[in-house]
Amino acid sequence: MTINASEELYVAVPDEQGRFGPYGGKFVSETLMAALAELEVVYRNMSTDKQFQQELDHDLQHYVGRPSPLYEARRWSDSIGGARIYLKREDLNHTGAHKVNNTVGQALLAKHMGKKRVIAETGAGQHGVATATIAARLGLDCVVFMGETDIQRQALNVYRMKLLGAEVVSVTSGSRTLKDAMNEAMRDWVTNVDNTFYIIGTVAGPHPYPMLVRDFQCVIGREARAQSLAQTGRLPDALVACVGGGSNAIGLFHPFLQDETVAMYGVEAGGHGISTNQHAAPLTAGTPGVLHGNRTYLMQDSDGQIMDTHSISAGLDYPGVGPEHSWLKDIGRVNYVVANDDEALRAFHKLTKIEGIMPALETSHALAYAETLAASMTPEQTIIVNLSGRGDKDILTVAEIDGIVV
Amino acid sequence: MSRIAGRFQQLAAQGRTALIPYIVAGDPSQDITVPLMHRMVESGADIIEIGVPFSDPMSEGPVIQQGHERALANGMCLSRVLELVQEFRKSDDTTPLLLMGYANPVMHMGYAAFADAASAAGLDALLTVDIPPEEVDDINAQLQRVGIDNIFLVAPTTPEERITRIAAGASGFIYYVSLKGVTGAGHLDSDEVAQRLAAIRRHSTLPLAVGFGIKDADSARTVAAVADGVVVGSALVNAMAQTLADGGNSGQAIEAVAALLGEIRKGIDNAAS
Repeated sequence: MTINASEELYVAVPDEQGRFGPYGGKFVSETLMAALAELEVVYRNMSTDKQFQQELDHDLQHYVGRPSPLYEARRWSDSIGGARIYLKREDLNHTGAHKVNNTVGQALLAKHMGKKRVIAETGAGQHGVATATIAARLGLDCVVFMGETDIQRQALNVYRMKLLGAEVVSVTSGSRTLKDAMNEAMRDWVTNVDNTFYIIGTVAGPHPYPMLVRDFQCVIGREARAQSLAQTGRLPDALVACVGGGSNAIGLFHPFLQDETVAMYGVEAGGHGISTNQHAAPLTAGTPGVLHGNRTYLMQDSDGQIMDTHSISAGLDYPGVGPEHSWLKDIGRVNYVVANDDEALRAFHKLTKIEGIMPALETSHALAYAETLAASMTPEQTIIVNLSGRGDKDILTVAEIDGIVV
Repeated sequence: MSRIAGRFQQLAAQGRTALIPYIVAGDPSQDITVPLMHRMVESGADIIEIGVPFSDPMSEGPVIQQGHERALANGMCLSRVLELVQEFRKSDDTTPLLLMGYANPVMHMGYAAFADAASAAGLDALLTVDIPPEEVDDINAQLQRVGIDNIFLVAPTTPEERITRIAAGASGFIYYVSLKGVTGAGHLDSDEVAQRLAAIRRHSTLPLAVGFGIKDADSARTVAAVADGVVVGSALVNAMAQTLADGGNSGQAIEAVAALLGEIRKGIDNAAS
């Protein structure tokens, strides 16, 4: 079999400098450069090491519960009357979201590097929970940094992390959300770099993180591709996933990039609407810049200061995005679109009522766009939506919006 | 010869170590910065390092983070910082000025536009915390075009083969980060600093300045015994913030910095004698 040009294009990134076209790279202080170089060497060795891969596969099967089902949402599809929609059920993973695919992998790296302490940033708390979970299993010390605002709106996940034995540090600088949690995690890492492994939760950060988080999340797309072929006899016509930092989206998209007939839609958080400036949609409304170690699309003002973002979902409330998404946008392979807060909420309620599946508010952005997209397609066509997480953590937020005291 | 090279040469001839105070431009107000800079020169500063405020200062400890937040709340921005440099230059054409900040505001202005504006304002050097040698080529080309020094960091974690690479691209001086951590953190290990400086000197003849953990005359004296320059930041930003929190006015805040700097100057000069 000959490799065609596009296939070569997608496996060639990132390059040795960690660049995806003009994006990515290693924009961090000198103190961290040696740690990043060490991580890159260990990761490159482990990614071709049979024993490491077997250990990872074993954990994904027996601890995470993979493979996750590809489920045909019949009543939802019927109600729309367009394309058939399949849900990749990452919500059924242990801890309830796709985040654990990555934390299992990075924790194994930490173990091989002899690091006894792991740290993580978290927005909605899903990555924090997934990190605290794997730390508990491996007996590692775990500290999770979380913005004060997010701690208030995700109280259940905060308590889950504490039950798992993690220390949750409330971050009170800046906008007190995910980006500030990441700043604080970087400050901790620079201070404790000798004994600490930083488990970044998304496909952002300095090289090699965008590459290794992508690789760990690609299990989603590999499974979905095989399941689609087995269940429908063909590849899907479109893929839809929500994009905050973009780890669940890249995990679904990447194994399909060379399949030219498969259209892809990354759905950013439109917040109160793009025109209000109160959103978290850097690919739709931002410009390239440098934040958290990589060059990527950002929400920034005329002086290059990072702007405050808004989204109903803490997990999408981030002013940057993984550098590979910036590149996929520029080369036109993936379409980046938005769903606003109210559209996501409607999708949350609809899927819950019609399929008995309660999605995370992050995921609900993808569902909202998928509904519009499906309506423009025919019943012979199929869409796979990444159901990236379950919605239990969001019940209090939804109740408050609906004016209900739980 | 650049102002920075000239200043280090002059100090070396006198057997003195450079005192390099750091302040955040526009903290606590836009008006205070230029008078504060002049007063710091009177109090013994040899080079002034001006922090460019950024919304996400990842390498700063809490004291300087708050300085950045105050400055941004006052409307400080990179182009205004360069105006302050120009204003300072009207009455001081000799004290070298170094901007320290993060990549994004400079990148957003454009490296070429920044180099032109900075050169016209009378800036001598730039230190961007999050642009390591791997990412430096584009900005270096512009800085070299206008003769602005690019100051590199060497950290306790930097392996010796990397020091060679950093030294090859460095100009002005090399900034050694005295500890693993953020600005204003912990206690520095003076033996380790001495060893690391000796390692850097095997690869570079540039002057070596040390910063991140120096907060008073004692720690400054220890470092001055082995370094060519001593950077003090958090202690000064804190002195100013504390004075204002205690009800003092801007004049008193400036004097608090001047007093602390004067003590540190004595500490440094004692190390030499």
